Order: sequence, then structure tokens, then C-alpha cells
Amino acid sequence: MMSVVDWSRAQFALTAMYHWLFVPLTIGLALVVAVMETIYYRTRQERWKGITKFWMTLFGINFAIGVATGIILEFEFGTNWSNYSWFVGDIFGAPLAIEGIFAFFLEATFVAVMFFGWNRVSRGFHLASTWLVALGVSLSALWILVANAWMQNPVGMQFDPEQMRNVMDNFCEVAFNAVAMNKFFHAVASGWTLAGVFVIGVSCWMLWRKSNIEAARDSLKVGAWVGFAGIIFTMWTGDGSAVQVAKVQPMKLAAMEGLYDGKVGQELVGFGILNTDKRPGDDLEAIHCEISIPYGLSILANHDPNTFVPGINDLINGIALTPEGDTVRTVSYAERIALGRDARQALRDYDTARHAGDSAAMSAADARIRDNFKYFGYAYLDKPEDAVPPVALTFYAFRVMVVLGGYLLLLCILAIFACKWKTSWLEKPWLHWVGIISIPIVWICSQAGWIVAEVGRQPWVIQDLMPTNAAISDVTSGSVQFTFWMFAVLFTALLIAEISIMLRYIGKASKSDIEATH
Amino acid sequence: MTELEMFQAYWWLLIAVLGAALVFLLFVQGGQSMLYCNTTLQHRQMMVNSLGRKWELTFTTLVVFGGAFFASFPLFYSTSFGGAYWLWMAILISFVIQAVSYEYRRKRGNIYGTRTYDTFLLINGFVGCVLLGVAVGMMFFGGSFEVVRTNLLDGASPVISRWATTRGLEVMACWQCLLLGVAVFFLARTQAALYFINNIKAGDDFAAAMRRKVLVNGLIFAVLFVAWVVVLFLATGKQAGPDGTVADVPYLYLNNYLSMWWWAVAFVLGVVLVLGGIATGAFTSGRNGIWLSGIGTALVVISLFAVAGYNNTCYLPSNTFPQSSLTIANSSSSLYTLRTMSWVSLFIPVVLLYIIYVWRQMNRGGITAKDVDENAHQY
Repeated sequence: MMSVVDWSRAQFALTAMYHWLFVPLTIGLALVVAVMETIYYRTRQERWKGITKFWMTLFGINFAIGVATGIILEFEFGTNWSNYSWFVGDIFGAPLAIEGIFAFFLEATFVAVMFFGWNRVSRGFHLASTWLVALGVSLSALWILVANAWMQNPVGMQFDPEQMRNVMDNFCEVAFNAVAMNKFFHAVASGWTLAGVFVIGVSCWMLWRKSNIEAARDSLKVGAWVGFAGIIFTMWTGDGSAVQVAKVQPMKLAAMEGLYDGKVGQELVGFGILNTDKRPGDDLEAIHCEISIPYGLSILANHDPNTFVPGINDLINGIALTPEGDTVRTVSYAERIALGRDARQALRDYDTARHAGDSAAMSAADARIRDNFKYFGYAYLDKPEDAVPPVALTFYAFRVMVVLGGYLLLLCILAIFACKWKTSWLEKPWLHWVGIISIPIVWICSQAGWIVAEVGRQPWVIQDLMPTNAAISDVTSGSVQFTFWMFAVLFTALLIAEISIMLRYIGKASKSDIEATH
Repeated sequence: MTELEMFQAYWWLLIAVLGAALVFLLFVQGGQSMLYCNTTLQHRQMMVNSLGRKWELTFTTLVVFGGAFFASFPLFYSTSFGGAYWLWMAILISFVIQAVSYEYRRKRGNIYGTRTYDTFLLINGFVGCVLLGVAVGMMFFGGSFEVVRTNLLDGASPVISRWATTRGLEVMACWQCLLLGVAVFFLARTQAALYFINNIKAGDDFAAAMRRKVLVNGLIFAVLFVAWVVVLFLATGKQAGPDGTVADVPYLYLNNYLSMWWWAVAFVLGVVLVLGGIATGAFTSGRNGIWLSGIGTALVVISLFAVAGYNNTCYLPSNTFPQSSLTIANSSSSLYTLRTMSWVSLFIPVVLLYIIYVWRQMNRGGITAKDVDENAHQY
């Protein structure tokens, strides 16, 4: 039977995954539309205005449902994760507020100009509005990813025992740490990739239908270049992400690889079937039919083939990696649980001393809290194995993301090649169908990336400081179950409507001239 | 006043300003609730397209209001949202269905038909206004909750804020809160009619119909609001003493107005301006009633937030565990966060300036039937 924690996690996962169906397309299409309108502005060719309006309409259809699914996420931190909201609200709330002030108003204000301002404002003002919307969606991504990255790498804060919460002490560290920046560029670039492939796919559909051939070719060209730039940046920042994960979330990296016992010169699993019976500490083989890339994981994690990468067993037993790349025996997970419980007891002692007005006892308790606070979250775990994320889902999602990402790179190169050097291919049905079937593929790749990031960090809602089961609200399981199904039905219904509207709109454009329809 | 108290007061004022902007922008919801009130198809189209160019501002203001509350008063965010679960979920769902409705209602292939999306807009128009009013009412008439920070030390049950098992349903059944909610609904309808007079150019009949709506809805609002204010002024509020101990204080909100007279002036001035806006809309051919009413609404809402939170008043009173009631002092972020966020808040005037500029550009000349018909992007 699922607990309120399970249902709350399921609801957040459901709403986040739905939201992430639409957000990357919004981020990427905003850029595509801005590029197209810039071409129109510079060339003054009406066909580019028609092309811009065509993609702008698709942007609008997607933008609306992205907004609809997004509002839930912000408020769910309060409705379903109220303990979290108190424990770190002093830090976490700031990026959300900044996102609203800087990004949401920018989008909300200028998106109206984009759609209704063609005859009300000058061409230059309209173009600026379109770029400001593109900037707004990226700024929005920046601040929400700063918030997300902070959960995975909590920095710039200290614990206040009197209020029993964490407080911010360095905003720049929160906002501009390497994990946050890497996550931002990785997510935004993946949005460019997704939109680029979407444009390629839809353009291929029109080419296959032999309608709007000129507009489809022009769109394909823009989509291919945006997609190519996106996938290159995504891969580059993905490499940076791996290095960051190795440093701040080594357990996630071990789960991504299904690695239990690490070694120097660790290979990367190219292909393998995970043994689902495998548990930490046993002697079972972790992966069947393994095909590995020698030194791959050491290079991926540390950019050095001769470094040690710890596995799940190593981490549980306290074997870790120093910043210099050496192995070192640190605190085992069993010890962390003990130290976390000591920090919790010290906090209890502090509270008792504070109410008794015993400042000496308060100081002593405060010192114990500060010594062990970095393990505070482990106090909520029963055993070391509880700190291991779901390995199978993380392992397979990582492979899906990497394999499909490689495919998308080839697709974008193929599309550029066809547009620039082999234009006769643009008439080939095989190319059209490659483009069309790539549309669902890019979404699977994008979702898989988030599954790696979010499932791989379990059980932590704040790395090492608060596990998911301590972050919840005082709501019954039945209540969350009800709202889970309500969101599932509502968002699915809206998704079906969105796809149907898009298909009808694209289908209409496939029958008539895009310029004439605008 | 310490530096922390100064920043707490500053952020409460910002929350009040955002709340005021939100209540003003609820004219979008009010307009949605009137889409099928004796309107022709063409007029409905113009109303939808007029509101459709503004709905995102209301939506965004709600989101920023939530974000600002989270950043500045996280214990409110934690206690209220996590506790009054059904109240907030109902509000959120109504805004989810609104967000897609403008864009999808007339698009081919929308599956559920225009009527369904219009029904979504009607639901949001009613539920959004009433329940947001109820949520604001909760800040005066309280909820049934307890805050125990040491629960964090209980490994088996670590939640610090616990609400009554009704989880917000009891707030929706609180008649004083509902009274405010219904008053907000009629205020939103009044302002929507004023906005249509200002923005839509659809002939004398339409304008006359809107003026009648201003009068009818404005009168109902005035009666309900006066009744609520009487209830508020007679109510016993909760106030924290110098040591943080919370006590019941009769006529607290009336006393707050009397002791902070400048907020009383703002309140009275706001009421006069709202009445002036209603009179302008109902009895003259003027088109600027919305601005009189809008500024008046903002002043009244800001003053209400002021008496709800300043003067050590508990802005989220607990009816079951009074010592758990939230005040500005016991629920705010740290000095560092408030100070940092205050630097960020200096950009708000820039945001306001570009919103005003774009609003003027987009509303220039108003909306005509031709304008709606000729625009390729229609709602």
C-alpha cells in the first residue's frame, strides 16, 4: 500500500513530467521564432513573416499548457512538501520569487505583443518583444534550475538551531555555483535540441505531403541549425554535469552505472542488462551481458582514465574520492546515520537548554550540531541501504538519454547536410520519415534526462540534509491520491487536446500555403 | 525598530502591493463570469479577446504573489498551503483550466468544444474570485492548525505544521471568509464591466449594457463589502505581545485602523475612489472608471493587509492553538534573505514601467469587431 510520501512523490513526478513535456518546446521554439522573425525583419520578405507566424501559433498552443502545468509545481512545494518549505524556504523561496519578478512578467507582458501586436507596434518593437519572450523563458529556466540545483548541491547556507531551519548566508553561491550553471545550460540547450528536432519533424511532414515546400525547407534549415547548436551544447554541458555529479552526488553516478564496487580506471557500461536481484553488499553479478568501454567512467567522471570511481558498496562503506582524485576512507553510511542522529539529539538538547535559559548547554549543543549537521538527513534513514536510489530506473534512463542524444546529433547533422549540400535528399521519403519519427524520440530523450537527475538523487530532497520522507505535509494519503488522479486525468485530457490542435493546425498548413493562411 | 523588523515590514508591504495588484487584475475573472450574461456571439468574442490579452498578467501576479510569500514568509507558505490543502488545490485547479481555455477555445481540433473551454473560464471566474477572497479572509478569521517546530526531531512524524482533518474545507465553510469571497467576486465583475467600457468599442448598446452591469454588480459589492467591514471591525483578533505570547484582542482591526491612521485614510480614500469608479461607469459616458476603481481597490487591499499584519497582529490566526498563530515577526525569512531580496525588489518599478508601456501600446484605440476579426490570432 502506498504511503502519503509515495503519493506525494508520484504527484510531483507526474506534474513535473507533464510540465517538462511543454517547457523545452517553449524554450526552443521561442528561439526558433525569434530567429525567423529576425530574418523577416532583415529581408522584409513576406514569406518569412508567414513562416514566423506559423511557428508562433504552435508556440502559443504549447505555451498555454506549459503555463497551466507550471503553476501547480510552485504551489506543490507548499501543499505537498510543507516541511521542506519551512526547513529551507529561507533559501529556496528566493529564486522562485526572482523567477516571477524577472521572467514571468517579461513573458506575460511581451507574449501579448507577439500575438496581437503585428498591427499595433512597429516592426522593431515587435521583434524586440519576440526576443524578450525568448529571454524571459530562458530566465525562467535559469531561476528554477538554480533552485533545483541547490537541492542537489546545498551551498550558501547555514543551520539556525533556534528556528530549526536553514538560512541563506551567501546568495551568489546559491545562484551561481557550478552545478546550477551547468544544469541551466544543459536544460536550456536540451530545449533548443527538442524544438529544433520538432521543427525538423514537422517540416519533413510538410515535405512528405508536398505542400509549402519552400516554407518547409526554410524552416528545416533553421530547425537543423538550432537543433545542432542545442545538441552540441547539451553534450558539452552533459559532460560537465557528469563531473559535477561525481563530486557532489557520487551515489547518483554509481546508480547511473549500476556500479557496486568501483576501481581505478573504471570502465563505462556501453550495454548491459541489470541484475534486479542485486543488492548492496551481496556477491551477485551486477550486470549481465556487459559490453564496456575501458576507462570510460573514470574519464567521464574525472576527465582522467587512471582515477578511482566509487561504487555503491564503496560509498556505503565510506570510500570516497578526494578533489585530487585519490581514494580516501571517510565516514561510512552507518556512521553517518549515527552522526545524523547525534545532530538531531543535539538539536533537541539545544532546544531544551534554550527554554531553560542555560547558555552553556546551548553552546555545547550548538557545537555538536555544527560538527555533524552535514549528516542531519541520515538521521531519518533506518539503514545505509536506504540511501541508495532506484538503480534500475536510473541506469536505464541514463542509457536511453545517451543513446537517443547520439541519435539526435546524427539527425541534426543529416538535416544540415541535406539542406546545404545534398538538397535532392529533401525530396526523399526516407528522410521525411526519419524526421517525423524523431519527434517522439526527442521527447523520450528529454524525459529520460530528468528521470536520471531526479530519481538518481533519491532518497534526498536536499542532498544529505533532508530525505523525501521528512519533507512532506500533514496531508492524508487518500487526499493526495485523489489529487494525483485528478491531475492525471486533467493533464492527460489537456495533452490530448493540445496534440489534436497541433495536428489539425499542421495538417491545415500541409494542405495550403502558409503565407496565404496568415 | 531593528533592521530585521524594518525589512519584515517592507516585505509585508510588498506582499500587500502584490495582493492589491492581484485583486485589481481579477477583473479578468470577473469578465469571464459574464461571458454568457445576455451577450451576443460577437460581443462575447470581443469580451474574450479583450480579456485574453490580459489573463496572463493576472496569472503571473498570482504566481509572483506565491513566490514572494515563499521567499519572505516561508512559515506562512508551509503552514497555509500544506494545511488548507483543499482550498488551495481548488484555487489552483481553477487557474489550470483557465490557462489553456483562451488559446484552445476556438482552435480547430480542440476535441471538447468551445462550450467546454468557456465553462472552464466561467468556473475560474467564479471559483478563482470567491476562493481567493476566502483565502484572504482566512488571514483575518483564521484556520485550525498547530505549528510545533520540534516535530522536526520526531523521525516517525516530522511535520511541523498540522491542520485540522478538514484541511481547508472548514475555511471554505467560514461565513465571514465566504462573505469576503463573494464580495470580491462582485467587485471583479464590476471592474470587468468598467474594463469593457474602457477597452471595447462595440457601440452604444454594448456600453449601456455594461453600465447597467457596473451599477448592479457595484451595488451588490458595496452592500456585501460594507457588511464584511462591519463584521471585521467587530471581530476579535489575535495579537502578539512583546514576548511573543498571543492574546485575543477585541475590535483589533478597528483599533489597528485607529492607531495607524494613515492606513485608515488609505482605506477611506480607496472606498471613495471605488465608489467614484462605479458612479463614473454607471452614470456617465466616461471610460476611465476602471482606473478610479482600480486605484481605489489597490488602496483598500493594501490597507487591509496592513491592519492584518502590522502592529504585531497575527495575520494567520490559529483558532485551535492560538500560540501557533503567525505574525510577521515569527514567520519571516532571515535578515540576510530579506535584505538580499530587497535589492531584487528595486527592479519592480522597471517591471511596472514596461507593463504600463506595453499596456498603453496594446490598448490604444481599444478593441473593435474588425480588430478581432482581422487578427490571425484569435481567442
